[in-house]
Amino acid sequence: MAEVVVHRRRTGTSLVMMLFALALGAAGYVLTSLNQNGTFPADWLMSAGPLQFGGPWFVGVAAWFALGLLCWGITVWRLPYADPLILPVAFLLTGLGVSMIHRLDQADGKRSAELQMLWLFLAVAVFIAVVVWLRDHRRLQRYTYLWFLAGFLLLLAPLLPVLGKENHGARIWIEVGPFSFQPAEIARIVLSIAFAAYLVEKKDVLAMAGRRFLGIDFPRPRDLGPILIAWGFALVILVFQKDLGTTLLFFGLFVAMLYVATERPSWAILGTLMVVVLGVVGYNAFGHVQTRFESWLNPFADYDRNGQVINAQFGFAWGGLFGSGWGEGRPYLTPLAKNDFIAAALGEELGLFGLVAVILLFGFIVARLLRAALGSGEGFGKLLATGLAFVFALQVFVIVGGVTRLLPLTGLTTPFVSQGGSSLLSNFLLLGLMLTITHQVRRPPLEHAETGEYVLLSADATQTLPVVGGARAATEPAAPAAGAVDAPRPDPEDFGAPGPEPIAASPITAPPPDGEAP
Amino acid sequence: MNGPIRRVAVVVMLMFLALMLNASYSYVFRTESLSSDPANRRVRDAEFGTDRGDILVGNTPIVTSTPVEDRFGFQRTYNQGRLYAGITGYYSFLYGGSGLERTYSSQLAGTSDVQVLQNIVDAASGRRPQGASLQTTLDARAQQAAAQALGDRPGAVVALDYTTGGVLAMVTSPSFDPNALASHDIAATQTAWQQLNDDPAKPLTNRAVREVYPPGSTFKLVVSAAALESGMTPDTTVASPASLRLPDSTFEMTGDCGGEEVSLRQALQVSCNTAYALLGDQLGADALRRQAEKFGFGSPVMPELNGVPSRFPTDPDRAQTMLSAIGGFDVAASPLQMAMVVAGIANDGVVMEPHVVSQVRGADLNVISTHAPRPLSTAMSGANARALQDMMVSVVENGTGRRAQIPGVRVGGKTGTAVTASAGSGSTRVPYAWFVAFAEDPTVAVAVFVQDAGVDGSEISGGRYAAPVAQAVIEAVR
Repeated sequence: MAEVVVHRRRTGTSLVMMLFALALGAAGYVLTSLNQNGTFPADWLMSAGPLQFGGPWFVGVAAWFALGLLCWGITVWRLPYADPLILPVAFLLTGLGVSMIHRLDQADGKRSAELQMLWLFLAVAVFIAVVVWLRDHRRLQRYTYLWFLAGFLLLLAPLLPVLGKENHGARIWIEVGPFSFQPAEIARIVLSIAFAAYLVEKKDVLAMAGRRFLGIDFPRPRDLGPILIAWGFALVILVFQKDLGTTLLFFGLFVAMLYVATERPSWAILGTLMVVVLGVVGYNAFGHVQTRFESWLNPFADYDRNGQVINAQFGFAWGGLFGSGWGEGRPYLTPLAKNDFIAAALGEELGLFGLVAVILLFGFIVARLLRAALGSGEGFGKLLATGLAFVFALQVFVIVGGVTRLLPLTGLTTPFVSQGGSSLLSNFLLLGLMLTITHQVRRPPLEHAETGEYVLLSADATQTLPVVGGARAATEPAAPAAGAVDAPRPDPEDFGAPGPEPIAASPITAPPPDGEAP
Repeated sequence: MNGPIRRVAVVVMLMFLALMLNASYSYVFRTESLSSDPANRRVRDAEFGTDRGDILVGNTPIVTSTPVEDRFGFQRTYNQGRLYAGITGYYSFLYGGSGLERTYSSQLAGTSDVQVLQNIVDAASGRRPQGASLQTTLDARAQQAAAQALGDRPGAVVALDYTTGGVLAMVTSPSFDPNALASHDIAATQTAWQQLNDDPAKPLTNRAVREVYPPGSTFKLVVSAAALESGMTPDTTVASPASLRLPDSTFEMTGDCGGEEVSLRQALQVSCNTAYALLGDQLGADALRRQAEKFGFGSPVMPELNGVPSRFPTDPDRAQTMLSAIGGFDVAASPLQMAMVVAGIANDGVVMEPHVVSQVRGADLNVISTHAPRPLSTAMSGANARALQDMMVSVVENGTGRRAQIPGVRVGGKTGTAVTASAGSGSTRVPYAWFVAFAEDPTVAVAVFVQDAGVDGSEISGGRYAAPVAQAVIEAVR
């Protein structure tokens, strides 16, 4: 007899939070115009080539609410147990981003916000596709080597002669027609899947202890293959793409997942040392890495060269604690404010409070995902959730840290917030994946896998439910109770796992109720 | 796997904590230095748009801030910009400020320490903070007369009330229009700035305080003061040979001073070079330098306008000392410094500290600071000063300064002509003409410097070109 955690769906909470997030996002857009001109925004115009779609400003706001509620509805329909807060938080970040891009449009006369909204339509389409078709992340576990191949190809794509494009000293872009695309944005998801699938199979071998040194068991030399390959690959990316940020992101992801899979701190130590080597190599091999390092330690030594990061600091100082308010600051003085430096723009107009709130929103997504990793009953889900959470956190850390002078500056996008189609698409893909994982983790356990029936649980029942081994099966043979229509239907797919693993997360054991003891 | 996941979670938490702590650290410890960074355009623009205080001449504002409908909100306007540009300076978005606009920038903007409290009160009561206004010591009539008399000749005029040290007039020529640099049309200010800097006449330079020139014979006043202080009287006779060969030099000084020996009074009256050269030799370079420093040489003058120190050569040989005694060699003085010399003599030996701002007043007209007249130094005894005054009066009545005479006013003066090539040997360079003067009533000391004073290069240049300017200024304040 055991007691399992039963998560409520919290559909209502999710809807309220979603509306709140959508309203906050739209508020930034409207407030910018009210603060600057005392009127509502002039018009809304989206154009993609010959196609034009526009109208008064509230058309844009309506489209925004429609997209958000569509995502919410699809999620409730297909993934009823998905984390109720990740989706609203992601939309809040997206809304702040689009509003800030719109605010920056007012300074440079472009219409990037509408373009970003256009990308959001595509991103939502991708999100819906994932939510509708995937439903269970364990289906991704099958194609381990295909994922590896896809991930590496994506990472190496910028090196191709025609497609690849060098920008600001780093070769991390591919260009197709008028669109440029950072394949690393997708690659971080693909490789998270690949690493999770690979490590969940090999973790026992890789966890074998080798030599003991300083009280830590180091792996056997023959098991070093994978990490050396990953490291060599990271080195290749570093040397040819000259981008330390991407390199560290991927190698850091691999090391973290390796550590979680094997539970051996030695892998983390070894990996950290290898990261240091990568850093030293990068520093010594590339002038622009040295320049960035120098710009980090001593930005005010050269105002021309470090104008961007210095301007961002001026913006933070100008914004102060509460910020200048939407449209009242001058974030457009910082180059690339819509993209790499959007955190600086938010910090200037929303202040230190706003910036910390945005950081906390990111932290919130990461925390919910890690919580799902802890609660997941199977290794692949644990690894995938941890990997996705970690790479997401690392990306936020590196770019926000770079903008605020905590770290040397590296050109990464700020997830959900930065301008850029590839970034938005991949983040909504990631969002779909996150919700799928949390749905699988949070939904009631499959009680009778062999009969193909879920145990029916009221969505609003208590958080914990005593489960009595075979007794109930004997007395209540899979009789549908009230509310059966809402229950998740059994998925005909066999996920390759014979059944849920024993709940290891935080089983709450309760004393057996009186009278039920055999 | 949950153990490692928890540890990864801790690492992630530390990363986010570091981000937030760093942002907070930045806010607490870096904001001040970031906001005071001159490259910070956000702060600079906001300050550029403040309602800066007026600068007043008498009761008339010569510089005001007027509200405009653009991104800055207030436009700095200079009434009679060219006339007062040397004193007010400019206040420009791209090029900062100069003159009083720079020295009193924080008071004018209302951000000086004493005004901060008022600003907090203003902010709390919803009033837009206003800067303090500057009351100057200038006399509009004197300023106007000086500028008119100098015309478009390059040069400078400084008039001081020698009893207070207050500047009555300060004209530098050529001047510029500060409105062109204060414009909110940034591109236009760039063009104007370029033009002003490319102009060979250097209109942005305040010739009255920021430049030093050889003072020529006006320096003989300093030598005379040193001679009187050493015990001589105006009637002491000094050698005045018609020709004097400087020691260890081939240079020969000539001049007809009315005899081989003349009184000190006579020597000053005719500006006798040989007599003063020998006098300088007799007194020695150190005595001359000490006397010059008592008048203010060697120290920065009038920090309000960032005045440069005038100089007397540090270690001259005998010939160089003799040339220095007639205001040649390496002696260099600003027009303000020469006005201070005359002011010291006229004020019975006491040099009053020159200043142009008499009062800083807050927006609510309460006085923030006042410049009370205070002595800078005592250059000579009262008796000697009065003796020197008499000698200067005879220069105007009977000597080289006749053109400065004003009926009914006791005026004393001294001419000067400096030839810019060293030792003046056969130079054809255009000489500098000087005239320094004082009047007993009104109590005004004037120094006139004309950079381009015709080509004759004779001793009469100073009298011919500069004296009428001094006369006009004294007439104006009469």
